[in-house]
Amino acid sequence: MRTKLTLAALALALAATPADAKELRFAFQGDADSMDPYTLNETFTLGFLGNVYEGLIRRGPDLSIEPALAVRWQIVAPDRWRFHLRRGVKFHEGEDFTADDVLFSADRVRAKGSDLTTRLAGVKEIVKIDDHTVEFVTEAPNPILHVEWGSWGMMSKSWAEKHNAATPEAMADDQEKYTTRHANGTGPFRLVSREAGIKAVAVPNPHWWDNANKEHNLTKITFTPIASDATRVAALLSGQVDMAYPIPVQDIGRIDRNPGTRMLVGPELRTIFLGMDQFRDELLYSDVKGRNPFKDRRVREAVYRAIDIEAIRRKVMRDLSNPSAMMVGPGINGFSADFKRLSHDPEWAKELLAAAGYGKGFEVGMDCPNDRYVNDEAICQAVVSMLARIGIRVKLNAQPKAKFFPKILAPRVDTSFHLLGWTPGSFDSWNPLYNLHGCPRLGGAGPIWPEGARDRISQGKVNLGGYCNPKVDALAARILSETDKAERDRLIKEAWSMTISDIAYIPLHQQALAWGVREGVTVAQRPDNQFAWRHVRVK
Amino acid sequence: MIALVIRRLLQSIVVMLAVALIGFTLFRYVGDPVAQMVGQETSLQERAELRERLGLNDAVAVQFGRYVGDIARGRFGISYAIDRPVADLIAERLPATLELSFVAALFALIAGIPMGVYTALHPTRLLTRVFLTISLIGISLPTFFIGILLILVFGVWLGLLPTFGRGAVVDLGLWTTGLLTASGWKSILMPAFTLGMFQLTLIMRLVRSEMLEVLRTDYIKFARARGLTDRAVNFGHALKNTLVPVITITGLQLGSIIAFAIITETVFQWPGMGLLFLQAIQFADIPVMASYLVLIALFFVVINLAVDILYHVVDPRLRIDRGVEAG
Repeated sequence: MRTKLTLAALALALAATPADAKELRFAFQGDADSMDPYTLNETFTLGFLGNVYEGLIRRGPDLSIEPALAVRWQIVAPDRWRFHLRRGVKFHEGEDFTADDVLFSADRVRAKGSDLTTRLAGVKEIVKIDDHTVEFVTEAPNPILHVEWGSWGMMSKSWAEKHNAATPEAMADDQEKYTTRHANGTGPFRLVSREAGIKAVAVPNPHWWDNANKEHNLTKITFTPIASDATRVAALLSGQVDMAYPIPVQDIGRIDRNPGTRMLVGPELRTIFLGMDQFRDELLYSDVKGRNPFKDRRVREAVYRAIDIEAIRRKVMRDLSNPSAMMVGPGINGFSADFKRLSHDPEWAKELLAAAGYGKGFEVGMDCPNDRYVNDEAICQAVVSMLARIGIRVKLNAQPKAKFFPKILAPRVDTSFHLLGWTPGSFDSWNPLYNLHGCPRLGGAGPIWPEGARDRISQGKVNLGGYCNPKVDALAARILSETDKAERDRLIKEAWSMTISDIAYIPLHQQALAWGVREGVTVAQRPDNQFAWRHVRVK
Repeated sequence: MIALVIRRLLQSIVVMLAVALIGFTLFRYVGDPVAQMVGQETSLQERAELRERLGLNDAVAVQFGRYVGDIARGRFGISYAIDRPVADLIAERLPATLELSFVAALFALIAGIPMGVYTALHPTRLLTRVFLTISLIGISLPTFFIGILLILVFGVWLGLLPTFGRGAVVDLGLWTTGLLTASGWKSILMPAFTLGMFQLTLIMRLVRSEMLEVLRTDYIKFARARGLTDRAVNFGHALKNTLVPVITITGLQLGSIIAFAIITETVFQWPGMGLLFLQAIQFADIPVMASYLVLIALFFVVINLAVDILYHVVDPRLRIDRGVEAG
């Protein structure tokens, strides 16, 4: 059944003959929060806008870096990158794309109200050489300067200024920012309309620079956010959408069995892990007084060995997870299959606990989200029962993300044991080494998570267990500026060996992406869970 | 009459202030919006600045005072999640919710009254038992379950009706309506049925018991003794006297329909205020939540007022009492 959803659709159907109208209708559980590409650093929002806006580079279906608005680039000096811009590119509303737009976008992405300031972290200066050449000067050599630029879309200077949107900051006096509902990029699709939380419509850009090589055959894209899992699945099963994601694990079999639909399942980049408080002298929510069991590596190893990751994969994740020995998954630079998980061995775990002086076990509180990751609460419940077997009594506190994150993130860091997930936006190991493993302190030898100054922590800002190994910090600093690829990869591996042997965290798994598509529709499933319409073909 | 209206209006302001205050106190426990307004890479310092800028560090009393002051000046704030003025969002979503609620209420009335009359007139027939069983199901099954069941049967298995959304919508300027298009009507059938099912049951049972009551009274017996037709007795006299409480209940229930549309809207992805409210809760979007609660309180207050006035108009005894008092 192909119900025309809107009058706009009707108008379009009248304009084009039905035979060559190829509409993609898709549903996701949430909506893009804004059409301003710099307001929120979040996968779906950036992925949606990545179809409308383009960066200097773009990512292919396998996440490889491809030239986009820059045709090529070179490192002219260790701290100086030169980008040659594509000529003849126009924005959707007709403005020419030039170096001035790059400079403007750089200013805007670093302005107040931007959530993407890290895209240009460490960039000292941007120099316009001519209309189609720009140079980025960095404070220190940075071999991965451009890797996150696939989601830094170029905006038109004249357009943004005309609409009073030169910064991403919210307007005063209840005024709506123009860019909240309007977009003007150079990308393969242009936004036609958007009603937040209801619907967004886009059409192909007939003047796209890469139209000669285009893969897609779409004439229209209609996006509907459908929050309820059951409704989203029903919409796909009844053929009212061509693609829907995420599909809850319990419905995957049903979509595959249904003749008109099939599942696309692939590994995601996010790693789910357990964090343990290793900096407080006494655990929160625990009956152990005067000391902190998690400071003892044997206790951390006992927890690790108590967890039956295969049982979690089979029972909780229904085979849709990839147990991980590392804090990064395949697809992230620095991942190595050489690292293996510690074996599941509850008896050994009990011995380790006894050797550490906790033969009778101990009590600890655990924080867990219940609406953030795939089956997050169920994973925590499984962990609780597995730890109970070795005598660790866990009091689980599973909450919605709006309550969970403020509790456990800095400045409160009100947790001694938690489940969390992390995706390195740069697809590179430096990001988790720095954010999750760096010592969260100010200066070289200060206290970990200093009270009152936590807001100023940058290194290790999500290192909620306060793991601290100065050697890892030193390696991370070298990785950041090492420009020789082989040497850099060697340093990354060395750093991972250290954190893994320290048991800084207990990695659990990479969850699987679960996209449902209608038969006759081909899409490219990117491991970063971004949906690029330019790879879609509809029969 | 005017004194009554004025007195009620003054009470309403107190009620709405109380609702807003309770809402605001509860919001402290919903969570922190900042965690979702920014991505994982955002520095802690930027987060702290944002929290300060939104005034989230102030005491609840201060935030509440500021909110009431803003509303008094007609400013409902900017949604944290959608980054748009709350007043605009609600104005866009209101038609969908009201349309759904009215269609549901209308359905409940049009189906509920005849079913009630039938079951009262023919208490032993098979169809009566069928109706009573249906009404039992309607009262005992949770709304979301009925909705999902309908989606499965009519959307997925039979493929007759759309499973989500509002269909084609016509924009009339201030109002958007789905009732002018075929796809709009197709889309509203299942949500309206789901939402109206409980009310239908209520009305049917109410009409039935009232009707049974009335049929036993003397004047019905006299009417029959005078040789009036069944039709005149049942509909001209019995039903007419049954309808007064039905009007009251329906009016009062309209407020609940609008408020409880939240669940139906979620199941059918109906783009109304309930869906907006639910998304706002997940996001801890305080301006939207607060405005929604105040608006719903306003609906209840207005409907109650209207019902009160209607009562005075419909029930002659109340008017006589007043007349005696005045005299």
